[in-house]
This record gives sequence, C-alpha cells and structure tokens, in this order.
Amino acid sequence: MQIKGKAFKFGDSISTDHIAPGRLFHLRTNLPELAKHVLEDADPEFASKVQPGDFVVAGKNFGLGSSREHAPTIIKLAGVGAVLAQSFARIFYRNAINVGLPVLICDTTQIDQGDELEVDVGKGEIKNITKGIAIQAKSLPAVMIKILNDGGLLEHFRKHGGFALDA
Amino acid sequence: MSKTIVEKILSEHSGTDAYAGDIVVADIDAALVQDGTGPLAVQQLQKLGMEKAAKPERTVLFIDHAAPSPRKELSNAHKILRDFAAKTGAILSDINEGVCHQRMVEDYMNPGEVLIGADSHTCTAGALGAFATGMGSTDVAIGIASGKTWLRVPETFKVYVTGEFKKGVYPKDLILHFIGMIGADGATYKALEFCGPAVDAMDMSGRFTLANMAVEAGAKAGLFASDETTRRYLEERGRGDKWRRVVADPDATYEEVFEIDVSELEPTISCPHTVDNTKTVGEVAGTKIDQVLIGTCTNGRIEDLRIAAKILEGKTRNPNTRLLICPASADVYLKAIEEGLIAKFIAAGAAIVNPGCGACVGVHAGILGDGEACLATQNRNFQGRMGNPEGFIYLGSPAVAAATAIEGTIADPRKYL
Repeated sequence: MQIKGKAFKFGDSISTDHIAPGRLFHLRTNLPELAKHVLEDADPEFASKVQPGDFVVAGKNFGLGSSREHAPTIIKLAGVGAVLAQSFARIFYRNAINVGLPVLICDTTQIDQGDELEVDVGKGEIKNITKGIAIQAKSLPAVMIKILNDGGLLEHFRKHGGFALDA
Repeated sequence: MSKTIVEKILSEHSGTDAYAGDIVVADIDAALVQDGTGPLAVQQLQKLGMEKAAKPERTVLFIDHAAPSPRKELSNAHKILRDFAAKTGAILSDINEGVCHQRMVEDYMNPGEVLIGADSHTCTAGALGAFATGMGSTDVAIGIASGKTWLRVPETFKVYVTGEFKKGVYPKDLILHFIGMIGADGATYKALEFCGPAVDAMDMSGRFTLANMAVEAGAKAGLFASDETTRRYLEERGRGDKWRRVVADPDATYEEVFEIDVSELEPTISCPHTVDNTKTVGEVAGTKIDQVLIGTCTNGRIEDLRIAAKILEGKTRNPNTRLLICPASADVYLKAIEEGLIAKFIAAGAAIVNPGCGACVGVHAGILGDGEACLATQNRNFQGRMGNPEGFIYLGSPAVAAATAIEGTIADPRKYL
C-alpha cells in the first residue's frame, strides 16, 4: 500500500492528552466531531490543515498515557496515512493496529515539517521525496501484521471466529 | 525452567509453558471498562453481534471519570453502560462508588489472576500478585465477550528495593524517583516486578501506589509477590479464601535488575509536563501553586488521607491556593468520615469532591485556569491533563500536597511531621 503526503512534525512524548484531550471527553461518543480536534493541544492548526494521506511524524514515545482508543481512531478519521515515530507507547501501538492505523518505527530525524513523503506501509519503505532519501522502518511483529491485514482486531475476530494468531 | 511472576500467571492462563517473548492467548478472570472507554467497547460488541459477557460477575463497568455527569453527552454515554449491564448481567459500579482501580482491588481482584481493563492504570491490581494491564476498548470488548485476550509475555525488570523510608518520604516518592531514573519510556513493553526487604515491609496502600504508576514508566504491568500482607488485606476485604501465594522462582530470568535504597530518597516532585521530569522537593520548593489535589486512584486511599490530615490538622490552606480532597472510593470516604478526617479537611478550607476521576482527567471538578499550577497526588502531569493545556501540573505525595496547601507554594512536608 503506497501512500503519498506531507509530513506534520511533532516532538517527543506526544501524549494521548495531546491527541484526544480530556476536556473533550464529552465528544468521545461522537468521533467525527472529536476528530476535528485531533492533536489540537500539540498543534492547534493540525486538524484544519491535514489532508488525506498526510503523515504524523514524531520523536520518541508517541501516544504515551491513556488507554483511550479514541486517540488512534481520530488520527485515522482525520485521514492520516500513517504515524511515523522513533518509538511508540505500548497501549497506543496496540490500539493503532487494532483500529487499522499504520504505525511505523523509524528514524524520523531525517524528516522535517512539510517534507513530501511516499510510504509503502507493507514493506516499511519511506521515501523522503523532498530530501531525496530513503528510510527503512522496523518491521511489525507477525501478530500485528496479521491483525492489520485482517483490517483490525474486530474484523480479525469476526473473520476467524476467535483469535487466529499463528503465523 | 524457572519463571517470573508474569510468566507463571500467563502460563497458567494460556495452558502453555510460556516465557518472555512468547505470544499467548490467555483466559482472563476479570475485565473492566469505564465511562471514557466503555461506550466504545459496547459499540464494538454491537458491531460484532456479541453483546454479551463471558463472565458477567467479573465484568465491571465503572462510571467514574465523569461522575456525577457534568453534561448531557456524558449522561448519554453513561446510559450505554447502564443498558449493557442490565442486558448482560455485568456489574455496574455507579457514580458514588469510586475509581475503577481502587474498586477492583477492594472487591474484585485476587492473587494469580488476569485482569484486562480499558484504562491505562489497570496495572494497579498487580499489587495483589495479579497480572493486570491496560488496553483499548476493542481489545477489552473482545475480552469481555470471549473471556480471552492475546498477549505477548513481557520481559521483566526486577526492581529490588532495600532500606527504610525516612520520615516524610513515601512509596510515592520511590515511584516518582524510579520513573525519573529510567524515563517515561524506560520500561515500555516490560513487566516491573517490585521486591526486596522494603517491599516486604510495605503496606498494600504503598504497593498499590507503585503498581498504579508502573504504566508511567511505559510498563505493561507492575507485579508484586502475594505474601502475608496481601493475605491480611484480602481477609479485611472479606475474601481471605481467595489468597494464594504467588511468587517468582528464585532463579527466574530478568532482563534487568534495578536496586534502590529508599533510605537515600528525598520527597520527590514530577514537574510539568512529563512524569519523568523529577526533582527533589528542595529544588522546586517555593513554586507558586494555585490548586492542590489530594486523592485519585494513585493516592486517595485512607492511608494517604491520614497523612494529609495529620499535616493539615489545626491549620488552614493558603488563601490563594484551593484544596481539593478526592477519596478514591466510597469505602475510603466513609472511613475518612468515621475517623474525623473529613472534618479536619473542611476546617482547613478544603473542598471535598465525589470519589472519582474528575479533576485528574480534566473532565470536571477542578479544571485549571490559564497559567495556573496544580500540585496533585495523581499519576500523570501531561500537558492538558487537568482540562487545560495552559495549566501546569506537579506531582507529589499526599504529605507534599498537604504542606503545599498550607504554604501556597511547593513545600517540604518534613517540617510538619
């Protein structure tokens, strides 16, 4: 799956409070509305500027904090093609796979705000078109590839009538 | 081969000989959701056509994050949980009962069990010798319906704790110090096993504080051996029959071992906006504080309130500093009334808020104004956490919080003890 878009660059330790703030708790049962505020507390202009296929690019420990699955869900709903980070917090990472949001662990220091990227999620190949460089992402664990390929955990469970995680 | 606590529990629950790195499908003993994550879990089950609970008597739906509801959208979210409980026989823990993590250890969890919860601080129950971990709504929804979940068995970091706490220094200071030491991502994907003579000597309240904050180092779970202290706690809660010894094999394999001597610790503060941004109280003493929050699932137990009340007794809060007291559960609240602690807090100028998550999670009951600073006993201080990205959150022990309320600036509690 090839995705092409622009990089929106964030720093380290972007928490679930940055992505889906507690002060918007009342919107959690209205995800399209909550998505209009995605990442608002890290970059107030992000939600209005992001275009389908664009990328969230961040430093270390992206998604730390709450278990709220709303965080990856609204990033996906906002049209983001993938999140690229140096590392992810555990629960966010698992949630992202469950909701079908591609997450790639890679060296994001070679990507700046506004860079044009082309990403092959399956192969983990990232082309920074602006800078003319290629970046390779770490491959996902086999279990997660399986869930992602099934279209997320719900679809996986529905398709197999339970967990079918053997590679 | 020898096993860590987490390897033992997950082997037993998956019917396999599991070690760190293995992927297992494990039976779960209990599951929880709360009003922030539960409605989405119910909606996922509806999509799956599996609106049921495999173990309704161990499936607990908590209305604690916005309790009582501050607005109609949340009341409607609460209705989703009320309806699901009525339909499936799952337990509803309503607005008066308290924070999910405190309620789970008070009445539902036992040593050797597996709990998954749609809340990151589900790891609190690890203090009882259980494997307890936070997940998202879809994972927990499927766990509720099927009674199973998939897990990668985590490697374990052993945190070996020695020494005696100095006066005015508490397990909260230990966990803040530890997170500062290894970083907010220092234990990502790992289990933390707390042990050593200082842990053996620690009461359950202190162990809950440590387990609660394991996730703030990125960990999947924070575990303790179940010992005589655990047994006494379960007996007091009326389920001594559920006690069993859960302990790591002496030669189990640990990925890393950390040793901490608590007698060297000072009262410790996490500064904005990350939990690992720690300083000793002396380094930040004098910082102006507009609001103090004592309570939440991290430090809202009766032991915490006793410490705070001892410092606040006969004194009043600084007139420029609001003081909120939030007992972790109805049970704690009642005890605090019976012991006269609530009267002392009110005399000191405190506002008592309903047991629940309100101010900590930024939904209601204590939202910060622009530029305001709060010293809270809660577990995290991310930007925006208390409802306003223009606010600043410092974390400390109940003793630091009480002393800070008196002085209006971050204060060392030792002079009041």
